[in-house]
Amino acid sequence: MALDLSTTYLGIKLANPIMPGASPLVDSLDRVKAMQDAGASAIVMHSLFEEQIDREMKAEYAHLRRHEDVFAEAANFFPESDDYALGPQEYLAHIRKIKETCKLPVIASLNGTQIGGWVEYANLIQQAGADALELNLYYLATDGAISGEEVETDVLEIVRTVKAGVKIPVAVKLSPFFSSLSHMAKEIELNGADGLVLFNRFYQPDIDLEALEVVPKLDLSSPEELRLRLRWLAILFGQVKLPMACTGGVHSAHDVVKSILAGASVVQVVSSLLKHNPAHIRTLLTGLEQWMQEKEYASVAQMRGALSLQNCPDPAAFERANYLKILQVWRTN
Amino acid sequence: MIKPLQPKCVAMDANEAAASVAYRLNEVFAIYPITPSSPMGEFCDEWAAKKKLNLWGQIPEVMEMQSEAGAAGAVHGALQAGALSSSFTCSQGLLLYIPNMYKIAGELHPFVLHVTARALATHALSIFGDHGDVMACRQTGFAMLCSNTPQEAHDFAAIASTTTLEGRVPFLHYFDGFRTSHEIQKVNLLSDDDLRSLLSEEAVSAHRTRALTPDRPAIRGTAQNPDVFFQAREAANGFYDRLPALVQKKMDEFGELTGRKYKLFDYYGDAQAERVIVIMGSGFEAACEAVDHLNQKGAKVGVLSVRLYRPFAIEHFLQALPATVKTIAVLDPGEPLYMDVVTAFAESDTRKVSKIIGGRFGLGSKEFTPAMVIAVYDELTKAKSKNHFTIGIFDDVTRTSLDYDTELDTEKDDVTRSVFFGLGADGTVSANKNSIKIIGEETDFFAQGYFVYDSKKSGAMTTSHLRFGPRPIRSTYLIRQANFVACHQSTFVEKVDMTTIARPGATFLVNAPGTPQQVWDSFPLEMQEAIIAKKLKVHAIDAFKVAKESGMPGQINTVMQTAFFALAGILPREEAIGQIKKAIQKSYGKKGEDIVKKNWTAVDNSVAALNEVTVPAAPTTKRRRPPVVSADAPDFVQRVTARMMAGEGDLLPVSAFPIDGTFPLSTTRWEKRNLAQDIPVWDASLCIQCNKCALVCPHAAIRTNFYPNAALAGAPETFKSTKFRSNENPDCGFTIQVAPEDCTGCTLCAKVCPAKDKSNLQKKALMMQPQPALLEQEKRNWDFFLKLPTPDRTLLKTDLKGSQFMQPLFEFSGACTGCGETPYVKLLTQFYGDRLLVANATGCTSIYGGNLPTTPYCTDAAGRGPAWSNSLFEDNAEYGLGLRLAADQLEIKAQLLLTKFAAQVGDGIVEALVKADQSTEAGIAEARRIVGALKQKLATVDQPEAKTLIQLADYLVKKSVWVLGGDGWAYDIGYGGVDHVLSTGKNVNILVLDTEVYSNTGGQKSKSTPMGAVAKFSANGKDTAKKDMALMAIQYGNVYVARVAMGAKDSQTIQAFREAESFNGPSLIIAYSHCIAHGYSMVNGFDQQKLAVESGHWPMFRYDPRRPARGEPEFVLDSAAPKVALSQYTKNEIRYQFLHKADPVRAKMLGDTAQANVNTRWAVYQQLADAAKAAVAPKAPVVPSAAPAAS
Repeated sequence: MALDLSTTYLGIKLANPIMPGASPLVDSLDRVKAMQDAGASAIVMHSLFEEQIDREMKAEYAHLRRHEDVFAEAANFFPESDDYALGPQEYLAHIRKIKETCKLPVIASLNGTQIGGWVEYANLIQQAGADALELNLYYLATDGAISGEEVETDVLEIVRTVKAGVKIPVAVKLSPFFSSLSHMAKEIELNGADGLVLFNRFYQPDIDLEALEVVPKLDLSSPEELRLRLRWLAILFGQVKLPMACTGGVHSAHDVVKSILAGASVVQVVSSLLKHNPAHIRTLLTGLEQWMQEKEYASVAQMRGALSLQNCPDPAAFERANYLKILQVWRTN
Repeated sequence: MIKPLQPKCVAMDANEAAASVAYRLNEVFAIYPITPSSPMGEFCDEWAAKKKLNLWGQIPEVMEMQSEAGAAGAVHGALQAGALSSSFTCSQGLLLYIPNMYKIAGELHPFVLHVTARALATHALSIFGDHGDVMACRQTGFAMLCSNTPQEAHDFAAIASTTTLEGRVPFLHYFDGFRTSHEIQKVNLLSDDDLRSLLSEEAVSAHRTRALTPDRPAIRGTAQNPDVFFQAREAANGFYDRLPALVQKKMDEFGELTGRKYKLFDYYGDAQAERVIVIMGSGFEAACEAVDHLNQKGAKVGVLSVRLYRPFAIEHFLQALPATVKTIAVLDPGEPLYMDVVTAFAESDTRKVSKIIGGRFGLGSKEFTPAMVIAVYDELTKAKSKNHFTIGIFDDVTRTSLDYDTELDTEKDDVTRSVFFGLGADGTVSANKNSIKIIGEETDFFAQGYFVYDSKKSGAMTTSHLRFGPRPIRSTYLIRQANFVACHQSTFVEKVDMTTIARPGATFLVNAPGTPQQVWDSFPLEMQEAIIAKKLKVHAIDAFKVAKESGMPGQINTVMQTAFFALAGILPREEAIGQIKKAIQKSYGKKGEDIVKKNWTAVDNSVAALNEVTVPAAPTTKRRRPPVVSADAPDFVQRVTARMMAGEGDLLPVSAFPIDGTFPLSTTRWEKRNLAQDIPVWDASLCIQCNKCALVCPHAAIRTNFYPNAALAGAPETFKSTKFRSNENPDCGFTIQVAPEDCTGCTLCAKVCPAKDKSNLQKKALMMQPQPALLEQEKRNWDFFLKLPTPDRTLLKTDLKGSQFMQPLFEFSGACTGCGETPYVKLLTQFYGDRLLVANATGCTSIYGGNLPTTPYCTDAAGRGPAWSNSLFEDNAEYGLGLRLAADQLEIKAQLLLTKFAAQVGDGIVEALVKADQSTEAGIAEARRIVGALKQKLATVDQPEAKTLIQLADYLVKKSVWVLGGDGWAYDIGYGGVDHVLSTGKNVNILVLDTEVYSNTGGQKSKSTPMGAVAKFSANGKDTAKKDMALMAIQYGNVYVARVAMGAKDSQTIQAFREAESFNGPSLIIAYSHCIAHGYSMVNGFDQQKLAVESGHWPMFRYDPRRPARGEPEFVLDSAAPKVALSQYTKNEIRYQFLHKADPVRAKMLGDTAQANVNTRWAVYQQLADAAKAAVAPKAPVVPSAAPAAS
């Protein structure tokens, strides 16, 4: 039986639902090629951080320009070079290189700090040839003066403005930390987004007991993290019409299958590729096909959302009752 | 800035102008950095790195050598083997070329050495311009061609380079250091085709034919005997005879091609002049201005510029002079030119003049103005003119100087003259360079820019002198009457009198916060009075606010540049703004849109933020500018040092100065530079009294002390003290005190402070807080602190903590904020300052250690302190050895005399001195005590030798000789000497402050530069490993060697210093020194030192030849095996990251190789450590094998 693995994400027809997620994996063009050869259906770039651009510029000033023309014997301390670019140039050039290297659609990723920055960089990314854009939207609300409503308003404004500024499709990558994620997702849809990516993973602080310092850390994801994604994919599937990408915790072929059944149009994998190698995509694809054959699914489309909240035999399994039920089970044992 | 090498009019300095020709006409460059010629080599290196091609479509090879002597050898070889080769140098560097110059000329190699004429070090070093260096080359056989302007530097580079090929005589092409090398002017660039048409390909081919090659073998460089050497030397005469005509022919061709006509001697002035000045170099330009001024008033004067100085073409010279000339004054920084002129007339049968006088001017870039020139013309009219005069100074000792009119201003009104006072770090100079480009390249105006820096590396003031006008600008001197004066830092109003330079009615722009009224009120009385009297128009802008609001906090350069254009009116305002924006796009376009946009925003915001300050009819304040130094300062500081500090050094007469370059110590303490925005504030309750803060302070501005509690009587109310944690010193107080006006605010002390509040780990025992609010209180506290009794050195432990209770005899230097070198220098003076002789290589250490006006080395309460001296760059180790040998000989002499007087002074003294163990502080103190007693006894002995012994007795107390310098010296130019001194076995300690780059001259690669780091002369990242000099030194076996990094393990540094000093033989300490040339915040300097060690980049060890005798291993590794990847260390520094940005593939390749090298090197060290351990391990007793059992 010929299996149809194809899927549509952000209006782009893809050969299959597996793609690398935003990560430094794409830094090397060799790895990009290897991922293409292993069967990836698209390439997602790591994020362009407006904050980083800002910092680089400040560092350039603080450590190079500030020491220029200070002393008669040394007009500067480094060879004059216009070969290196600060700001988004390096990132944009890399998009171009990836486009030259492989045939796959390229989804760029962006994290801005100011509304002007979001729109400006989105435009530059579009000009550089990206096929779609993922907005890496997160905000750590450390300031007690800022309400959840304000955070949400800001998110929606960014989505709306970027959408108005570019022609390429725009996906929104969210964190799970919204009071009503379902509502938020709907609002994002209303404001014009073309897809959702669930969920972002963050650096988390750790404490170094020797140095008595706080150390930010980002570990590779674990398969346990998938369950949070499965729940929200399932809940949102059908409520929003947007195609959804599952990211964070997809390690095995079975994880891919679960994500699609919960409602994902595509899955993004990072940690398992870093752990194994880009060729692991091939293993995932083979596993997906095997499972489909075993379960006699003809297409990914047929699988999508089959076990979502609206389609699963026991919707309560996804809902709050779930928690109570487990406790009850535990109590009766 | 690199520009396309295409024909057009570009604003540039002479260095760039000369290099752009040299690069295109050569194949091999061998170079070595030396100020102010370094940029020529750097340009060539950058162009080569960018793969720019020479005239023949090749990328020239640019090879940095270990010294100028090395560069000379390399170019000689390249010429010998048939390449077209060139080089750049000056000053002592040029002297190192001399041996090879004789050879190159003797063999008639076509070659041009481009020189930024610079003073030779005599009583002092000077990086500035005069002809001392080039005059020392008159006899080498080189032709000498002098350029007076950046345009001429460009043109004569071409004329010299093409003539040498045809004439075979090598050329020294020179122009004045700084005044011309660094003066920015509009230059018409020669195109490649221009150069081709000047160049004879036949001559190039002939040079190739002469190349030494095994295919047509010949031999050069023979040794000749008395029978033939002389004749063979004369055989080349014809080439010299023909040369002047050949140069003139080339100049004529050049004139045809470009319209710029030159002569061997160019005369300017009245055709019937009776008085003529003969001069060479940039001073000609100022002289022309004076000539115009005088002739317009009816005088008949002229000036002759000597362009081809060697061979000195007498006929051409005489022809160039008007027939009417009666009296001649020859101006020359050294006077050889005077002799040439006298000789010319002496040899002439036809030309006579009634008077020729000679005078010196312009030494070390001394100002040379039209007023001075006029004084010389006046002198010629006198019946008895002063000969061998000086002009530009006031010589009240030997009365050589001519008086001149200090008020005279000969500049035309249509020249816009602007002077900008900026802080080194605020981008004022860069912005002004940019403005010159805008006006020079985008308008028909002529432009000139010249920049003056002070001697400090932190908090330095820069003064930019910009002229714009409708005619070429010949004013080769600082602006004296400006129509626009800008003060880019409001704090300057308290320190500098900026109004003296303003013409009446000029515009004065100040960057200051507050309302126009507040700005006015902030001016001291003297300033308000001058503004009112001169009717200056005052404008203010809060540039820091505008910059911040434009997204570029701290970056005021664009703001101030816009304000200048808006007020100066050189261009219509809208056009000016458009041009500034265009320039920003050009400068930053490739760096990123964001930078461009932010700068554009700043431009737009600036115009709106400009305010006119209403000048009242009378001053509104009584507050005067504070005195330059405190009234407590010693007489010399008041009379001399303070004048230099106030920028009035030019006004000091000859009599003010020591005759032999000897200056007093302890003068930085009078400067009170108030550079810090924030200073450390001590929380005694948290402090653990570790003293690390004082150890790491680069400027000795935070100190610790303990003292009997009683000493606190009379302490200021805010003076902090806590119980001293010491069993040996009960009932003592302890204080950490900052010198609020001397601290530079680097924050290193607060960064290393390990004492944190247990419940709020953000809070440390030292926290930075704004200086202004603390200033007055801490000044009082500091004064009190200095008066506290200091601990007895003989009782102090020699560990980290103890070391910091010893007085630093090196304080408040002009080193960079956060300098990584000075903590080591300071530590050295704490331990041994009172018996220290320092030989200091030229470089950062000699600049912050010995650049006037002030001296950071200082004395202790007994008046003892470091005896510091700098000889040269290349000879420092040998120089230090000389200091050692002298001290040893004088000690021996004293001992011999001592034995003679044993009976008179008492055997006890002799015996006590012989027995005194001078390896400890107590021993040294005891020796001093005995010597004191000895002197007293000798005072009663009436014999000449007793007086000699009194004079020499102090040599009986041990002297500690240390040789200091950077890696450029130790690894490169001075390595031969370092190596030799190590081999002598003498007790000389060498401390290498290793920044892995030539820091002082602006970051050129040394052999210490690590692989993968970007530096000048390795613009593509250094592809060879750092030289392991420590390992090389170990091979001697009798040298103490240590590699230290204070930031990684301060106790090891201290141990190494003590072991090195106590070792009675040569010692070498290589000390990791973080540096602004590494490209990161110096706040993190010590963290990076730690990472350097943890990554294995900088393994720490000590090798002590004494140890095996004690049953201990001679080699001890003081750092653990690398525990982090090298990239963890390199990722934090721009010197490495540069390459990751520019060429990621190469960066990775070099990074991987460097990591592999780290691993290999560590294995080598580990083996050394293991072998050293094994060598002293108790040997297992040899057990005879048991006899076979009887069967």
